Amino acid sequence: MQDSSITSAHRAYWRANLRLVAACLVVWFACSYGCGVLFVDELNAVRIGGFQLGFWFAQQGSIYVFVALIFFYAWRMNRLDRRFDVDEE
Amino acid sequence: MSLQALTYLVVGASFALYIGIAIWSRARTTGDFYVAGKHVSPLANGMATAADWMSAASFISMAGLIAYLGYDGSVYLMGWTGGYVLLALLLAPYLRKFGRFTVPEFIGDRYYSRAARIVAVICLIVISFTYVAGQMRGVGIVFSKFLEVDVTWGLIIGMGVVFTYAVLGGMKGITYTQVAQYCVLIFAYTVPAIFIAIQVTGNPVPQLAFGADVTGSGVALLDKLDDVVTSLGFNQYTAGTKSTIDVFCITMALMVGTAGLPHVIVRFFTVPRVRDARISAGYALLFIAILYTTAPAVGAMARLNLIETVQTGPVGAVDGNLEYAERPDWMRTWQATGLLEFEDLNGDGRIQYYNEANPAFAEAAKAHGWKGNELVVDRDIMVLANPEIAGLPNWVIALVAAGGIAAALSTAAGLLLVISAAVSHDLIKGVIRPTISERGELLAGRVAAAFAILVAGYLGFDPPGWVAQVVAFAFGLAAASLFPAILLGIFFKRANREGAIAGMLTGLVFTYGYIEYYKGLFLKWAGAPWGENVASNWLFGISPEGIGVVGMCLNFAVAIAVSAMTAAPPANVQALVEQIRLPRTFDEGRL
Repeated sequence: MQDSSITSAHRAYWRANLRLVAACLVVWFACSYGCGVLFVDELNAVRIGGFQLGFWFAQQGSIYVFVALIFFYAWRMNRLDRRFDVDEE
Repeated sequence: MSLQALTYLVVGASFALYIGIAIWSRARTTGDFYVAGKHVSPLANGMATAADWMSAASFISMAGLIAYLGYDGSVYLMGWTGGYVLLALLLAPYLRKFGRFTVPEFIGDRYYSRAARIVAVICLIVISFTYVAGQMRGVGIVFSKFLEVDVTWGLIIGMGVVFTYAVLGGMKGITYTQVAQYCVLIFAYTVPAIFIAIQVTGNPVPQLAFGADVTGSGVALLDKLDDVVTSLGFNQYTAGTKSTIDVFCITMALMVGTAGLPHVIVRFFTVPRVRDARISAGYALLFIAILYTTAPAVGAMARLNLIETVQTGPVGAVDGNLEYAERPDWMRTWQATGLLEFEDLNGDGRIQYYNEANPAFAEAAKAHGWKGNELVVDRDIMVLANPEIAGLPNWVIALVAAGGIAAALSTAAGLLLVISAAVSHDLIKGVIRPTISERGELLAGRVAAAFAILVAGYLGFDPPGWVAQVVAFAFGLAAASLFPAILLGIFFKRANREGAIAGMLTGLVFTYGYIEYYKGLFLKWAGAPWGENVASNWLFGISPEGIGVVGMCLNFAVAIAVSAMTAAPPANVQALVEQIRLPRTFDEGRL
């Protein structure tokens, strides 16, 4: 049993997927651990309306970004699936 | 109609709805029972996942927890949402492509080993029972408060309802009940929140009210809150007290744990296609975010409300505090439950509420003639008492009761199902009697579900700690055991049987041991906890809540090292990994 069914196109698809995942995870990390935890004190010097920015990221902003990230990933992956012709019928 | 009659009516109607749905969506095959026949639409699965996810702890306790913790409460907000990103990007689509029924089944097939499957079953059962104990307790508490029945009876009624629809309907029944439960709980959560937001700031959207000015003062809500709490000796609301490394690790443990919880993962087995699994995770988090972005606003407004009710004038002025005889009705009601207590320590007939544990404030308090904090408020009241504080009609209070019960029941049902599937599908069908018929397996699944409910009820009756704490540990265990094994199974083709088993055992034993050592979980009878649970004793300053991250790193390190030193997985397993990475199935016969 060999890997004949897995073509180089499939490997390219997987690499493109990994790049997209990595990019999304960078954003995921930056908005929660970056803005909400590690640099929260620095960002708190900035104010958005009645919020200190770091606090807002920790209790509101990071959650909005998470939701947007998943929809963005799902949308880009659907495109990727079709481009590499690996989508489900 | 009296409040109690109304509550019985609303809660009773919601139960009738759940059971009706269960009868309509009875499971006929093991496919129905384990994964709802894989016919659930991504939107419905998103709602079901959200209800499954948001437990009694989210609904009842979280806003109150944040109200007292302030910035430190962010660990729960980020931790219990960010995991869905990991789930959508790293696990859900691939596990859906794998296309079987349970998480241990994936681990058993991917690591071509019954032993690995059994280790995964053990991890799953420890995690799920830890978690479900908290839920059953939550059911009991809500029943006893709103229906004024004994906690034990509340538990028994709750067990009966879950029994009916989980045993009858399996995953199919649970899924559609959870969709209904999501609607009940989100409505019950947001309606009082909107009214409170209007009262405090004039802005009806809680997420915006959170950053708006307090009505008539021209000062932002959070600034006012910082001001008010520090004037009474409390820690500043928007600043934390935990160390950065601890906040980091707790958040990470909760996020990774979320992605590793079997009852969450298995929800993504129920949708028809891989692309549905991805988008469904997005819907799930969207529905969860509605509650999770409302909760911190509710927490902040409730805290301000409470303090302004008690501290009516300047701090230290003779008439600056509320006269006990003048206290509002909601305080009287909650005093009756024992969740709110008052003792007039300095005998002035007024309520003083401040941080008596703050040595810097003690001098000032003494000068005011205060002899200690006189008001003790249980955090769980914050959400439950909101409708009364806001003066909302009785039907809203009844709705909050139904919402709390819906949150606890939906989570309990999801957990009980993965436990029963692990027993009937992974242990009985997979290991003990592979020749069992479909009908036999379905029956075994139902018996296992019934048995799991009894155990859960017992644990809820005599829980091994308080609810949120116990639940938090389930995350650490999931993060340290299942998550790395699944992730490596998909992204690291070289990961093999020996590595996965060694990794899971290392992560589980280390994390469980650390928690038991500092907190005491199941070994209280043997003298646990053995170590004093203070920051100076902790490994790298990481609390037991966050230690799952270290367990996870150990699991990864051990699994990768052991895999590298032992034989590569067989060719057919490597081909399986290639297959789950592609949405379409190529070379059909192999999977």
